[in-house]
Amino acid sequence: MKFGIVTFPGSNCDYDAYRAVVDQLGAEATYLWHKTEDLEGVDVVVLPGGFSYGDYLRAGAIARFSPIMRQVQEHARRGGPVLAICNGFQIACEAGLLPGALVRNAGMRFVSDAVYLRMENEGTMFTSQYEKDAVLRIPIAHGEGRYVADATTLTRLEDNGQVVFRYCDAGGSATDEANPNGSMRGIAGIVSAEGNVLGMMPHPERAVDPLLGPADGQLLFESLLARVAV
Amino acid sequence: MSKVAPRPGDPRITPALVAEHGLNDDEFRRLVDMLGREPTFTELGIISALWSEHCSYKHSRALLKTLPTEGPQVLQGPGENAGVVSVGDGLAVAFKIESHNHPSAVEPYQGAATGAGGILRDVFTMGARPIAMLNSLRFGSLDSARARYLFAGVVKGIGDYGNCVGIPTVAGEIVFDDAYETNPLVNAMCVGVMKESELITAKAEGIGNPIIAVGARTGRDGIHGASFASEDLSEASDAKRPRVQVGDPFTEKLLLEASLELIRSGHIVAIQDMGAAGLTSSSAEMAERGEVGVTIDVSKVPVREQGMSPYEILLSESQERMLVVAKRGHEDDVAAILTRWDLTAAVIGEVIAEPVYRVTEGATVVAEFPGSRLVTDCPRYSPEAREGEEIIRLRGTDVASIAELPEENDPLWTLERMLSSPTIASKAWAYRQYDSTVRTNTVIGPGGDAAVLRLRGSNRAIAMKTDCNGRYVFLSPRNGARIAVCEAARNVACTGARPLAITNCLNFGNPKRPETFFQLSEAIAGIGEACRALGTPVTGGNVSLYNESPSGAVYPTPVIGMLGLIDDLAHVTRSTWSVDDDLIVLLGEPEGGLGGSEYLARIHGIVAGSPPDCDPNLECATIACLLECIRSGHVRSAHDCSDGGLAVALAECAVADCSKLVGAEIDLSVWHDVPARELLFNEAQARIVITVPETSLGAVAAIAIKHAVAPIGLGRVRVQSRDLVIKMDHKRTVTAPLDRLATAYHGAIPAIMDGSAESAAVLDQAAVTTV
Repeated sequence: MKFGIVTFPGSNCDYDAYRAVVDQLGAEATYLWHKTEDLEGVDVVVLPGGFSYGDYLRAGAIARFSPIMRQVQEHARRGGPVLAICNGFQIACEAGLLPGALVRNAGMRFVSDAVYLRMENEGTMFTSQYEKDAVLRIPIAHGEGRYVADATTLTRLEDNGQVVFRYCDAGGSATDEANPNGSMRGIAGIVSAEGNVLGMMPHPERAVDPLLGPADGQLLFESLLARVAV
Repeated sequence: MSKVAPRPGDPRITPALVAEHGLNDDEFRRLVDMLGREPTFTELGIISALWSEHCSYKHSRALLKTLPTEGPQVLQGPGENAGVVSVGDGLAVAFKIESHNHPSAVEPYQGAATGAGGILRDVFTMGARPIAMLNSLRFGSLDSARARYLFAGVVKGIGDYGNCVGIPTVAGEIVFDDAYETNPLVNAMCVGVMKESELITAKAEGIGNPIIAVGARTGRDGIHGASFASEDLSEASDAKRPRVQVGDPFTEKLLLEASLELIRSGHIVAIQDMGAAGLTSSSAEMAERGEVGVTIDVSKVPVREQGMSPYEILLSESQERMLVVAKRGHEDDVAAILTRWDLTAAVIGEVIAEPVYRVTEGATVVAEFPGSRLVTDCPRYSPEAREGEEIIRLRGTDVASIAELPEENDPLWTLERMLSSPTIASKAWAYRQYDSTVRTNTVIGPGGDAAVLRLRGSNRAIAMKTDCNGRYVFLSPRNGARIAVCEAARNVACTGARPLAITNCLNFGNPKRPETFFQLSEAIAGIGEACRALGTPVTGGNVSLYNESPSGAVYPTPVIGMLGLIDDLAHVTRSTWSVDDDLIVLLGEPEGGLGGSEYLARIHGIVAGSPPDCDPNLECATIACLLECIRSGHVRSAHDCSDGGLAVALAECAVADCSKLVGAEIDLSVWHDVPARELLFNEAQARIVITVPETSLGAVAAIAIKHAVAPIGLGRVRVQSRDLVIKMDHKRTVTAPLDRLATAYHGAIPAIMDGSAESAAVLDQAAVTTV
């Protein structure tokens, strides 16, 4: 079981994902340089957080043209797992791996905080180890994390169980007050129709070591491990 | 020596031009004597930058030499890009604080952003990977529209830069006071970690080694930024906005990775940031440290625009640039690393044996100085120092006789008003805009007494904090500076850390005024006294003078950046209460006066009286006592008692974590004969509020007595209670509902900033992509 973590120029959570996989999960990981076209036989691709290419044109808009993205798209087409976190989620949307888009937070400001998430679908390869309706505490840190899509898409996502994480309060209620960025229908994370690409704004890789706070992201990685081990 | 002739088109050297470059008559004579001839325009520009206060420390150097800088932990003291201390397990920490006050006053967003960028580069040029940023900020009262605009812009600038580079911003302090209305202070600190063996310095060595410019191209921005930072702010300062540099955090991130790769590669011998005074300062300082000559050809410097003169290229402060001395023959290896990160590298000069600092434009010599005299011949000044009469009068004010307001009959009114003072209130409005958890080392982030970051590859952690109460230093410079050091030490100790070393940023007014120079010399003396007592040497820092405008100078504000070491992760301690029935114990004395207090400033609008005395030896004993209690496993929480006094400290322990408010019962009736406001709000030093389980009380008392510290039982934690109950005497008990305290503490700054027009005005500012 090997994770490949893509490093774009400006990625800055690639290291955190690497440490989470190697130190906390005990699995193998390698960095994949954006200029290569070789996935080195990895089982899971991680598109990490950061500010690829400075996010200067629009978050994720340039990274999708990096040479490695062709291989990532091919990997996804074959059903390979792709975990796209924060800037990675933005890149995945820009690259057409996931529907919708991430735009500037409703409050206009960057938001760094630990938020609560309600896990909405324990049937995905990313969430199988969580209990049904689990409420997780996971850090967020983004300026452009407001998930938007047209109403048809949103309804389709909900009907298909593709909404995996929703912002909620400590008690698990998805209220407007608990939504840190104005995401439509409180969406924090979605999977692709085939279920193998997960995009999420919160950072599960920052929530794996009890020393630093709740380790509620650990089961996400363990879910992947369980799936691929099968 | 070469023949140096004026360049065609250069302005003639006139007294007016010399004055415009900030040189006085004596300094100009020194320059002519050094050269043995009139300087060229380029040479005048070089000296203007290098002899500016910002680069030369001409008014502070003699005083700084009195500070303790040595200790077994120090691997690199002052004089380099950053100080470096050993933290055990073969690891070292590089850290430094620096000001970006003047740029932030005229252009808050870019001023703060480039301040963050500059201090990051100072740390990674030592070979350390930055792991944390801190910020010490001062603005005018938030009642002022300009203060709100500067506050919002600076916070966004810090956030946008640090977040993009991917370095967490984890701690700091923000103070609001009219004294900073026209001159905000923006001090940025960076902390980095490396293996001891990876330490590299900025010393040019090896005759024939190439000098390489690395990173961003050189443009016309920021020319004479160092000189701008060395004069008072005035109406004309706005016109100097072009002297403010523009930051590009994306390039910084690439430069960070490329520089660390370069350092580890073994292809280079030295590296230095092109910061203040750009190429001029970096090349001259590297040559001076290595006691070698250098020659630089400005025509080889990669530029952004055509037709830049040598003067402009030498003095540009374009950001995200480095100067590297490589090993001869390794030029292509250096270029390959930079290319991989999409950055440029250009050989622009050479280390030479001839003792000379030479700049050419192609084959023509445009500037030349003998030896390293352009650095070493800078004049040193020790002007007259005399305490201002007004300060002596203010300090002598009998503050105990100031009449109470009618509202103060209800201590809850006063406490709420104190907690909602923007200086005391939660700063989450600011730090929610800073990524504080990236790189996954943050054990305690913003909002604690100090930040704690784990050191990977060991069971240790480091703690860090900045501190300074400028009001104390204003009223009593030496004592106030001692307090700044000791409070910073207490703060890191509250997290379980042993204070290790400091960096300082000395923000003062115009040193040519005797009153200001008195403040500066006294404050440096006070820092020295406290650092010697605590065993925390000064490893570097920055001096920012001329923080004044026609309306006056800032409070003298010597900001201390303290680094502490936690030997065992099990000792990490937090400030908030958590366990029911724990005993609340004060280490230190409850009584004290109100001179210089936040109470007087906030409730009465008065800045007067004598600030609390600081005895560094007592501080050492208190810290030693606390650390022994923590290491013995007795302490459940620890919180420094400082701004706002005991009542504010207790309220913070109760409501600082807004997701978990915790009540308590406090009994102060033993001191019923002390006026309530003095008991609740005095700011006596060397005090820490801890909680311990009942079973630990005997052991804690024994440890305290051993250190000659008074352990005073104040009450008990009541997890289920919705109130902080304080018994004042047998007749009067103050019952403070936690939700009201929390609203005062957490709601104060959002109530002012959210929806304010000035706050919204900066939302569309963003780092410029390509310049």
